[in-house]
Parts: sequence; C-alpha cells; structure tokens
Amino acid sequence: MSPDDRKYSKEHEWIKMEDATQALAGITVYAQDQLGDIVYVDLPKLGATIKFMEKMGEVESVKAVSDLFSPITGEITEVNDRLLDHPELVNEDPLGEGWMVRVTISDATELDQLMTAEEYEAFINGLS
Amino acid sequence: MPVQYSGILGEVAAVRTATGLFDVSHMGRLYISGPRATEFLDWVLTASVESLRLGRARYCMICNEKGGVIDDTIFYRLAEDRYLLIPNAGNRAAVVAWFQRWIDEKFSTGCEMEDRTNATALLALQGPGASETMDRLCSEPPSSVRPFAWQENQLQGIPVMLGRTGYTGEDGFEIVADADQAVSLWQTLTENGATPCGLGARDVLRLEAGLPLHGHEIDENTTPIEAGLEKFVRFDKEYVGSDVLSSQHEKGVERKLVGLKMPGRSAPRAEYAILHSGDRVGRVTSGSYSPTLDTSIAMGYVDANRAEAGTMLEVDIRGRTAPVEVTLLPFYTRPRR
Repeated sequence: MSPDDRKYSKEHEWIKMEDATQALAGITVYAQDQLGDIVYVDLPKLGATIKFMEKMGEVESVKAVSDLFSPITGEITEVNDRLLDHPELVNEDPLGEGWMVRVTISDATELDQLMTAEEYEAFINGLS
Repeated sequence: MPVQYSGILGEVAAVRTATGLFDVSHMGRLYISGPRATEFLDWVLTASVESLRLGRARYCMICNEKGGVIDDTIFYRLAEDRYLLIPNAGNRAAVVAWFQRWIDEKFSTGCEMEDRTNATALLALQGPGASETMDRLCSEPPSSVRPFAWQENQLQGIPVMLGRTGYTGEDGFEIVADADQAVSLWQTLTENGATPCGLGARDVLRLEAGLPLHGHEIDENTTPIEAGLEKFVRFDKEYVGSDVLSSQHEKGVERKLVGLKMPGRSAPRAEYAILHSGDRVGRVTSGSYSPTLDTSIAMGYVDANRAEAGTMLEVDIRGRTAPVEVTLLPFYTRPRR
C-alpha cells in the first residue's frame, strides 16, 4: 500500500526525493484515514526553515487538530496552495495531489533515520 | 456507536439532505410508573409533567439542589401513570441513583423505576427523507405523528415505539424496540436508503442545531438559565433546584452560553479561551467546522455583558488569536418543506 519510492516517519509523514536536494512531503494514507475528513491544513510559509521531526504545521479534521511534523530539515521552496480551498485532496490522494510542501533538504543523512515502505507497513500493522 | 462509518462530512450531508441512521442504544431507557409517577417526575424534572398530554413528549433538565444539570432528557407520556425517559449514556447511572434517592425519600409508595436499557434498542432515523421512509415501512403511516409526539407501530412486522424526536435539527424519528430486533431494524432501514451515521456526525449536527451536549454546554455546575434553556424550565412549580433557577431567572446570571461564528475552517475547540481585548471573558464548550454552513462554529460561556449577538470577541486558537462573532443560536434551522 505504501509505495517504495519514498521514506516514512513514525509521525506518519512521507518524503519523496525528486533529485539530490529537492523533496516533496505529505502525510500517509494511514494518517489521513485516522484523521477522517480533513477540513483545514496549516502549512509553513515559503522560505521557512523546517527541522527534522519538529512541528511544521497543523492538520484539522472535523473531529480534531493534529500537529504536522517535518520528516526532514530544510527550506520550504513551495507550498501546495490548492489545499487551502481543497483540503479534501489530502484524503483523496495523500501520496499525490494531496502533497503538502516542497523542500530543499539540508542533510540527506536524516533520510536514513526514516522507515522504508516495508518497515512503515510493519510499523502501522503493529499499531492496530 | 463508532465515531464514523463512511466519513463525517458525508454522513452530515446525508442527514441534512436525505436520511441518516444512528444506533443510539447506548443511551438509557428508564420507565417510571405508578400512581405517583407524575408527582415524582414533577419533583425531579424542570418541565411540567402533569400538563403533558398522553401521546406526547417533552424535553427538559434534571437538576440538583443548586440548579446544576445532572442530565437533560426527553420524556414520553406512555399512559396516565407511565413514562419513558431517555437519559444520556454517561449519566444513566447518576440519573438512576438520583431518582432512586428521591423515590426512597419522598415517593416510596406509588412510584417505580425500571431500567430497560439493556432489554431494548434505540435507533434514530433523521433527515428530510425520514418520514417518507417510515411511511413505506410501517403499518400505520408515522408521517401523521406530530413533532414531540409518539406512537406504537409495526416496522415491517417488528413492534416499535416511535417518537418524532431527535438530536440533529432535522425531522426524524427515534425508535425503541426489543434489543433482539436491533439488527433486523438496522438492516431494514439501511436497505431502504438510510446512511449509517456515527458519533462524529451526531456531534456536528447537534452543534449546528445549537443543541447542548451534557459534559460540554451543561453539567452539574451550570444551570439551564446560564445555558439559555429557560423555555424548558417551569417557574410556577416547586421541584429540586427550582429556588435557584427562579432566582437566576429574576436576577439574571453572570455568564451565558452563546453561539460563536468564525470565518474559515479552522475551528475553536472545547476549552479554548474566549478573550476581549486580550482579557479572558469565557471559554469554548464545543466547536467544529460546520459543513452545512461552510464556516467554523462554536458554543461557549462568556461574561453576561459580552453575550449580545453581534459582539466581536477573540478566541485563543493554540496561541493564535482569531476574531469571533457572538451569534444567535441555533446556527442552522431546517428549511420548511
């Protein structure tokens, strides 16, 4: 279910390298399913610095608010503005259209601390 | 009852535009009967029991001596001296203990309480399509039952008691049947187009309709007067808490429950501080994005001098201050069809 073209965090974010330094990040299928219908996404601003496993925003569903953790350290180069008016994209296509930020990463070794698709699947199976 | 079946937004839309089905069997079913049942209930309920006609139902509060709300409930007059009460699930034990105390103390002869919660099921069919669905399935057409009335009926051969009541702000029915009929009732109603709905949708729907939830808008430390529920309180009879409620009714209260509206989709949540020019003037009791109105809504208590509709206040949303407007309740009223 989780594609192996990206890495996964224990906080249920994914990060996908596009080239040596640019990466896309969002939340996983499991995360959006746990949240339920997402109605609001609060993302970092363009140019902001985000830090590995620190809070970078919030995802709000009908029922609750959840912190969004950054899966990497780096600088925001693009924010998915479509989510402002269409937060449901995160539910519908969390790994594609529902991506959240594009980042220039500062430390590629952080990726080694994240899980592979296989490890992440085992991790979420252990949660239920 | 799960938080959701197919998704809260879709379930809310089903109830507002078609038909939704809730399994609310976790709520209580208490039967009070005996020659002094009316007198007893008039002692423990804020509404007038004696004046309730047979076949009708009424919403009210059960208060403690301080006027605090032990629970809110709907009660149905089943016969001259027999009633059904539906307390909240979490308060059933407290209500049973409270009633038993007063029965023992004042009504030990002539009044009996029977808790049939486990022996029965309670389903709620809600939405503009509810009465059409029920007419199709019942032996007597329930569309003739007026709001806050009830009748005995047969739903596809299953004996039911149905009340034209609910907790969503829509037309609909609450259906009591024997517990062993619950599955077949659920199947019949969902096969006839009702969307299964969970606790999440129920909470959004009741909030949009401005209906209080015990543990949030009302509890043992808040009174119906503070909560703006005067119209469900009688001031011309003596009962537990009536002196406090009458006094508050005459002299006014220091804080009041209000509706709050905030543009956008990020909602004020329970326990967030309500501010005026940076000073705390209240707290949020419930809040959510409202899919029906496409804006964020909340209820909360504010100092009485800040409770007028149109007053601009702020809410502390996790460290960020956002403007909110005090509005009249309910947020949503169903269109007349």
